[in-house]
Amino acid sequence: MSDKIFQEKIDAEKKIEPKDWMPEGYRRHLVRQISQHAHSEIIGMQPEGNWITRAPSLRAKMILLAKVQDEAGHGLYLYSACETLGVTRDELIQQLHDGNAKYSSIFNYPALSWADMGAIGWLVDGAAIVNQVSLQRTSYGPYSRGMIKICKEESFHQRQGYEIMAEMAKGTPEQKEMAQDALNRFWWPSIMMFGPQDSDSPRTGNAMKWKIKRQTNDELRQSFIDKTVPQAEVIGLTIPDPELKWNEKRGHYDFGEMDWEEFWNVVNGHGPCNKQRLAHHKRAHDNGKWVRNASQAYAQKQEKILKS
Amino acid sequence: MGENTIVWEVFIQSKNGLAHKHVGNVHATDKVMALENARDLYTRRNEGSCIWVVKAKDIVSSESEDSEAFFDPSNDKIYRHPTFYNMPDGAKHI
Repeated sequence: MSDKIFQEKIDAEKKIEPKDWMPEGYRRHLVRQISQHAHSEIIGMQPEGNWITRAPSLRAKMILLAKVQDEAGHGLYLYSACETLGVTRDELIQQLHDGNAKYSSIFNYPALSWADMGAIGWLVDGAAIVNQVSLQRTSYGPYSRGMIKICKEESFHQRQGYEIMAEMAKGTPEQKEMAQDALNRFWWPSIMMFGPQDSDSPRTGNAMKWKIKRQTNDELRQSFIDKTVPQAEVIGLTIPDPELKWNEKRGHYDFGEMDWEEFWNVVNGHGPCNKQRLAHHKRAHDNGKWVRNASQAYAQKQEKILKS
Repeated sequence: MGENTIVWEVFIQSKNGLAHKHVGNVHATDKVMALENARDLYTRRNEGSCIWVVKAKDIVSSESEDSEAFFDPSNDKIYRHPTFYNMPDGAKHI
């Protein structure tokens, strides 16, 4: 009975709120998806944090700092949304450290040159925005509100990346080559960010029925490619896909096959930086333990003083 | 934060003269830290002129499942709305 009422609410485009009844599968799917999203924001700070001290100008350094700070903020919005489903922040972090919760595979690729800051902002944030714009209409209230807030802040991220690429593409031949090289390395991982093809994505069914996801992986991927190809043309860079071409009849770009073996390899922990990213997060968390303990001891002491 | 830190709900007044509006929450061990965390998390782009933080456990909420019964007493009093009344033709500024 509850199941039926729940589905009627979803079909009527009503939002589900934390205290409302929901099927256990809905709650589980949300915890997995939102926590994966939160962890991605947090782990995503690492490849960029790596370049803060080496940014080529004070302007670039200040922008990158602000962007990384935003990502920490977005991680926190998402952890908050996830906690409304009855899971604690500590449990979420533990699941990340145990390898039971995943984060976006894209952050397991290294950021080798300054042009990678451009490619990450333009392509990785660009892909994330396509996904997040769609998720603003997700059926779970706290997740939807978090997405709306994140989308508002995120558009500067993509523009700063595209600006870096545009600057480098019209710079010296060496700079243009660096930009092209960054595009070559980040193109395929970026379009893989949308996940497996719909035909291989076992969880899509319920996620669409429950309106957690509003568009399928393949629809989102197509929308990202259609937006991005003309942007590459504007700055004179070449998308590394020989099969890419405009299909008049579909009104979309056709594109080549992704390397699914590489995709599953990175998802399953064998990407270039999987171990490094997780080890760094654990180390930072462990090294911060004394600060957490000290602040708790301080709070307890203050409370005692107030009472006496 | 973690290790059983307290959750604080955050309310922001965007401009002097307007009401405080709920924006989300933060984790913090004490009230000063809660205010500072709320500032860093929710007002990075001049979103506020004043912040309230309230311990989440101190908030009392009505249950959305009971909302029909809870709000029922005021539903049938349409005479509380100005549109209920018949005004004579030609009457102005009322």
